[in-house]
Amino acid sequence: MSFTSLTATEIARKVKSKEFKAEAIATAYLDRIKALDPKIKAFNEVFTDRALKQARDVDAKIAKGETVGPLAGVPIAIKDNMLIRGEHCTCSSKILEGFVGTYDATVIRKLRAAGAVFLGRTNLDEFAMGSSTENSAFHTTRNPWDVTRIPGGSSGGSAAAVASRMAPLALGSDTGGSIRQPAALCGILGFKPTYGLVSRFGLIAFASSLDQIGPFATTAEDTALLLQVIAGYDDRDSTSVNQPVPDYSAILGKSLKGLRIGLPKEYFITGMDPQVDKAVREAVKVLQSLGATTHEISLPHTDHGLAVYYVLAPSEASSNLSRFDGVRYGRRAKDVKNLLELYEKSRGEGFGPEVKRRIMIGTYALSSGYYDAYYAKAQKVRTLVKKDFDEAFKMVDMIATPTTPSTAFKIGEKSADPMQMYLSDIFTISCNLAGLPGLSLPCGFSSDKLPIGLQLLGRPFEEGTLLSAAHHYEQTQQWNKEAPKVAV
Amino acid sequence: MARLARLALTEEEKDRYTTQLGQILGYVEKLSQLNTENIPPTSHVLPLSNVWREDKLEPSTSESLGSPEDILSNAPDREGPLFKVKKVIE
Repeated sequence: MSFTSLTATEIARKVKSKEFKAEAIATAYLDRIKALDPKIKAFNEVFTDRALKQARDVDAKIAKGETVGPLAGVPIAIKDNMLIRGEHCTCSSKILEGFVGTYDATVIRKLRAAGAVFLGRTNLDEFAMGSSTENSAFHTTRNPWDVTRIPGGSSGGSAAAVASRMAPLALGSDTGGSIRQPAALCGILGFKPTYGLVSRFGLIAFASSLDQIGPFATTAEDTALLLQVIAGYDDRDSTSVNQPVPDYSAILGKSLKGLRIGLPKEYFITGMDPQVDKAVREAVKVLQSLGATTHEISLPHTDHGLAVYYVLAPSEASSNLSRFDGVRYGRRAKDVKNLLELYEKSRGEGFGPEVKRRIMIGTYALSSGYYDAYYAKAQKVRTLVKKDFDEAFKMVDMIATPTTPSTAFKIGEKSADPMQMYLSDIFTISCNLAGLPGLSLPCGFSSDKLPIGLQLLGRPFEEGTLLSAAHHYEQTQQWNKEAPKVAV
Repeated sequence: MARLARLALTEEEKDRYTTQLGQILGYVEKLSQLNTENIPPTSHVLPLSNVWREDKLEPSTSESLGSPEDILSNAPDREGPLFKVKKVIE
């Protein structure tokens, strides 16, 4: 047995019972990162010294008999768009060069209190805009199952870190699929919670009405463990919902008997990779054998969801990213004549192509002459997308779909054509528009050994239903137990 | 658009983005196929509006959101406790 093959649940248990030292666990993960990350490039920075110190602090508390939190000594990787006090935060963008977080994001504060050990910051598509990490200003993260392929995105660094067992847990953020899509392509679990369940305070905003922070893990139990720690009301996020958080670990074992699963016909389409279609249908059969029933449903505005997203997300982004102006933080252009030129050059030099494209689309959609035709229209169609789900959830308790239409693509395959890249998000976007919880879990491999993801969507705040379905499913198969063999 | 968005672009970028933005806007054009008369807009999904808090002054410290010095130390240019930029009014 090696430390890096343990689950987070096992690590927390064994650290608390003094079977292992948190420091030994942290050392094992840091060693693995040192060996594998030059090949995978999941991390933007590894917090070696600080991680070891955090781990020793946990050990000291335990030695003194003090109470420690539910993640005592559990290492975790953090997507590089959440603030950690005293650490750099870049959003994988040149415009945030040199920026240091002046406070902890709420999720970070909660993780600290729970005893977690921060391993480092993980790579993403710049400002979380992308599906492959190829939009990172620093480097492209590799898929641990095939290093010539992308890990998915935007939280590709977090997904690749967990998939290659360089971290047992990671945090990502999901605006249109940025947790679920990389989880599917890397063969792990990734969970976007209901909008409002997890505080966004300290998450650098991309599209505020769609962004949610969520966990990556290798089991449903670990996913529940991490979600439990980060969920809950925060008065520093005005869209945080003030209601009690259920005990997810208690719901995990709940039987699937009588659970009604909807299969939306719009998500099983021609042109989809037949191996993905087959794996997802087989996973649904397993859920049936565990007591669930299946029903064909329709979400008629699925196709329009993508168009809604590519109006609303850039619009919100163009507004959110106006704060990066080279004045208070980040990169400032040199040799400018006046303040306007300082803004234009700092932004022109600091942002990469995808961010610029989206800022311009958003600026256009919000401009006075086009506001009604684009932004206001998209908001209305968003209502129709949400209504589709409201109707569906009158008939079913959960919806099952493929997470992505295909397995991981090759590095460079779609990077020249933004529209092609956008289409890879087709199955994950509606969930954000409707604010629903969405979980991706491994459900098979293609013939060339690339992971396939099953997406489960639930009613708002019914995270527990999805976690229990995933937990029962896991007991029957091996997909989530296999780790990629990364050649060092 | 680049001007409105305060983005300085090179000539090569202008050409490339003009084509790409045209394609993307062409794609989202499909929204106009739908009849949305009498459909209310959704700005976000929660049944919440105007969440207020008490208007209470709290000091910004290293323990809360960062001390003024923490925040100023991120500035590309400063003078004492101020962010420094080029002259705004000629």
